[in-house]
Amino acid sequence: MTALDSKHRRYLSALFVVRNKRHDKLFSGLVVGAAVYTLLMVGLVAFSVAKGSVDIFSYEGVQFFYQSDWNAVEGRESFGAYPYIIGTLLSSAIAMAIGVPISLAIAMFISEIAPPRIGTPLSFITELLAAVPSIIYGLWALFVFRFWVRDLIEMPLYNAFGGYIPFFAKTPFGLDIFTAGIVLAIMIIPIISSICREVMRVVPDSQREAAYSLGATRWETVRMAVFPYVKSGLVGASMLGLGRAVGETILVTMVIGNVIGPSAIPTTLFSQGQTLSSLVANEFNEASSELHLSALIALGAILLALTMGINIAARFLVKKKIKASSGAKSQ
Amino acid sequence: MAIEEPIEDKEEAVQQTAERYKVRIEKVNGWYGSKRAIRDVNLNVKEKTVTAFIGPSGCGKTTLLRCLNRMHEMTPGAHADGRVVVDGIDIYDKSIDPVIIRRRIGMVFQKPNPFPTMSIFDNVSAGLRLNGMNNKTIIREIVEESLRNAALWDEVKNDLDNPGMSLSGGQQQRLCIARALAMQPEVLLMDEPTSSLDPIGSSKIEELVRVLKDNVTIIIVTHNMQQAARVSDFTAFMYLGDLIEYGSTNQIFMNPEKELTERYISGKFG
Amino acid sequence: MTVDSNSNSNSKPKQNYRDILQETVNKKYRKRLLLNRLVTIFTIVCVIAAVVPLVSILLEVVKNGASAISIEFLTQPPGSMGSGTGGIAPAIQGTIIVVGIASLIAAPIGVLAGIYLSEFAKKGEFVEIVRFFNDVLTGLPSIVIGIVGYTAIVLSIGSFSVLAGSVSLSIIMIPIVVRVTEETLKVVPYSLREAGHSLGISKTKVTLFVILPSAKNGILTGIVIAISRIAGETAPLIMTILGTSLFFTGITGPVDALPLRIWRLASQPYESAHAFGWGSALILILMILALSMGLRFLAQRRSLKAVK
Repeated sequence: MTALDSKHRRYLSALFVVRNKRHDKLFSGLVVGAAVYTLLMVGLVAFSVAKGSVDIFSYEGVQFFYQSDWNAVEGRESFGAYPYIIGTLLSSAIAMAIGVPISLAIAMFISEIAPPRIGTPLSFITELLAAVPSIIYGLWALFVFRFWVRDLIEMPLYNAFGGYIPFFAKTPFGLDIFTAGIVLAIMIIPIISSICREVMRVVPDSQREAAYSLGATRWETVRMAVFPYVKSGLVGASMLGLGRAVGETILVTMVIGNVIGPSAIPTTLFSQGQTLSSLVANEFNEASSELHLSALIALGAILLALTMGINIAARFLVKKKIKASSGAKSQ
Repeated sequence: MAIEEPIEDKEEAVQQTAERYKVRIEKVNGWYGSKRAIRDVNLNVKEKTVTAFIGPSGCGKTTLLRCLNRMHEMTPGAHADGRVVVDGIDIYDKSIDPVIIRRRIGMVFQKPNPFPTMSIFDNVSAGLRLNGMNNKTIIREIVEESLRNAALWDEVKNDLDNPGMSLSGGQQQRLCIARALAMQPEVLLMDEPTSSLDPIGSSKIEELVRVLKDNVTIIIVTHNMQQAARVSDFTAFMYLGDLIEYGSTNQIFMNPEKELTERYISGKFG
Repeated sequence: MTVDSNSNSNSKPKQNYRDILQETVNKKYRKRLLLNRLVTIFTIVCVIAAVVPLVSILLEVVKNGASAISIEFLTQPPGSMGSGTGGIAPAIQGTIIVVGIASLIAAPIGVLAGIYLSEFAKKGEFVEIVRFFNDVLTGLPSIVIGIVGYTAIVLSIGSFSVLAGSVSLSIIMIPIVVRVTEETLKVVPYSLREAGHSLGISKTKVTLFVILPSAKNGILTGIVIAISRIAGETAPLIMTILGTSLFFTGITGPVDALPLRIWRLASQPYESAHAFGWGSALILILMILALSMGLRFLAQRRSLKAVK
C-alpha cells in the first residue's frame, strides 16, 4: 500500500469539515446519467444521419453508391456518391503512403535512436503539431505549401513522366488530389508518430538486448525485436491516422480543387477532385432542395460508416497490444 | 556434496590452460552518467573455463559482465573505458565495431527473452539470418546442433515450428542459450541465468554450463554462492564496484585471502 | 543428458561452422552497417521533414498575421467585401461564446461520465458499451457532427444558432474529457480510496473530496486540450452557426467564429481578405496558446501554494 502523502491527508481531513451531506444515490444517479448522455449522443448521430439520408436512398436506391452524376437542377435531379468515395479513398491512400513510413521513422528516431535530450523536445514538438487546428494547416497549404508541391514535386514528375505515363499526365496546378494527400499526410504524421512512440515504449529492453547480443545493428534490432513485437499496435496507430484523414474536411476542401460530377473521378494523380466531406462542406448551406440536402447527408452517412469501421478496428488493435503487454508485465 | 567431486578436474583444467588467457580485462571502468559503477577492474580469464562473478547486489558484477561485449554502453547515459582484450583484440579499440564483437561473445540474460513472434527454429536461427547466412542446410544443421548442445533438442525436435513462448521458463532459457550458441561464440556471458527459474530448471542450466565449457569460455554472474561453487573454476568477488578478490573457486571458497571475501562467503553480509 | 557424447563428436564440424559464420559476417557486415546508417539518416530526414512544416506554418502565421492586426481589426465588424476595412471582432466574440457554452455542457458531463467509468461502474456489458460508444464518438468526423447539429437543432428551432454550434462542439469535446478523466482517476492510488472507505466516508464524498481533487490537474489539462481542439473546429460550424458579419444577437441567432471566418476569408479573391485570414489565424493560435499557458500558470501557482 502506498503511503498517503500530505496532500492526500489534507483532502481526507477536509471531509470532516464538509457539512452538506449528499446522498450517494443522487450522485451515482448523476454519473450514470452522464454516461447515458454519451450513449444518447451516439444514438442522436445515428438517428439524424439515417433519417436525413432516407429521402435520397428511396429516390436513387443503391445506385447512389456507384453513380457519378451530381445534378441538383429541379426536375433533373440525379445524385451519386461514387466520385467522392474514390476521391476520399485516393487522397487518404496518398496520405497513408507518405505519412505512415515517415511517422514510423520519426517514432523510431525518438524512441530507438535519439538520446533523451533530443528525443524529449522532439516528442514535445510532435505533440505541438498535433494541436495545430486543421484550418491553419489549410490556410498554410492554400497560400504557401501548394506552390512548393507544384514547383518542387509535381512539375518535375510531370516533366519527367507526364509524356508517357497517364498517371502523371496533367499539367499540375497545385490544387489537386495529390496536394490534398500530402497535406493530409502532414496533418496525420504527428498523430500517428506519437501513438507509435507510445506503442514502441511497450517493448521491453530485454528484447532489444537479445537482438544486440546476437550482433544486430540498431536497425536490425528494430526490425527483429521491436516492430514484430508491437506490429498490431503500429497498424492500429496507422489506422487511427487513416480515420482522421478520411474524415478531415476543411483542410481538404481548401486544396483539393472541388469539382463535382463525373469530372470529379480522378484520371491522373494531378486531377482536381472532391471528397465526401469536402462536398458536404461546400454545398450544405446552398442546398437547393430537400433531396439535394438528403444526398449530402447520405454522403455523411457513407463517411460515418467508413470512419467507424476504421476506428473500431484500429482501437481493437491498439488496445489488444497494450493489454497483452500489461498482462505479460504482471506475470 | 557436488562441490567435492569435480575439483580434481578443475585443477587439471587450470593447469592445462594455465598460460592461455582468453579474455583480459584491464583497468575497466563502467559509468552511468558521472557515477562510476565499477572501478579499475583487472582480471584475466582462461580459455574454456567457467568464471563466476559474485557479490552483493549493486556491486557491479552485472555491469562488468555487460562491459565485456559492449552491451553496457547501450544503456542511455552509460559508457565504459579501459581495455577488454579478447584473443589479443581490444574490443574497446576505436576501429572495432561492437556488431562484430557480439558474434564472438554471446550473452544469456537474467530472464529468458526469446523473440515472442518467432518459432523455436526461428529463434535459434535468428542470429544466423541476421548475419547474412542464407544457406538453409547449414542453418538447419546449426540449429539442431545448438539445440542439442543446449540440451533442448529431444524436448522440441518435433515442435520446431511452435512459438518460442510456448515453452516453459526453463526451456525458454535453454532456447536462449541455444540461440547464443548458434552464433558459435568463443565466449559466453551469462547474467544470472537461473534467477527466474525453478530449482529443476536451474539445475539443468548448471549441468549445461559444466558441459559447455569444453567448447566455450563461460563467464557467469550469480547471486547464488552455492551455484558459483558448483559450476565455476574461478571466482571473482566484487564489492561496491571494486574487484576485491579473484582466484580459483576452490581457494576463494575454502581459503579467501581478504577478510571481506571471507565475511561475504560465510554469509555475514550480502 | 545426451549432451556429453554429442559435444565431442560434434566438435570438429563445429569449428567449421564458426569459420563459415565468421566468413559470412566479414563479407556482409559492411553492407549491414551501411544499411543501418542509411536507415538512421532516413529517420533524421523524416524528422526534419516533419519539423519544416511546423516552422513554416508558425513563421507564415506570425509574419502575415502580425501586419494585419490593429485596434480596428480587433474591435470592428468586417467592412464591405474586398475593402480591407473593418475587423474580425464578431468572430472573436463568437468563438468565445460558442466554445464557452460547449465547454460548459461538455466539461461536467464528460467528467461525470469519466467518474462513472472509473469509480462507479461495475464490470459488465453496460460499461463496455459506454466505453465503446465513447470510442465511436472520439472517431466521428466533425462534418458528420455538423450534420447532426443541423438536422437536430437548426431544423427544429428554425435558425442557424449559437445553440446548435455549441451542442455540436460539445459532442466533439465530451469523449475527450471522458477519456482523460477516466485515465487520470485510474492513476490515483487505490490506497486513497481504501483510506476513505475505512473511515466510513461515503463513496460520493470520497470521490468528490478525495479522489477528484488529487486528480484535478490531470483532468484540467485534459479539458484544456479538448477546448483547444474544438476552438479550431471549422466543419461543424458551417452548418450550425452559419457565420455572419454581426455581433452576437442571442443564443438562437447565428454568430461568427474565427475558424469559419478564416475559411471564408481564404476563399475570397482579395489580397486584403487573405491578410485578414492570416490575422485571424494568428489570433486563433494566440487564444489557444493563452488558454494552455493560463492553465499551466494556474497549476503552478496552486502547487506552489501547496508547498507553502
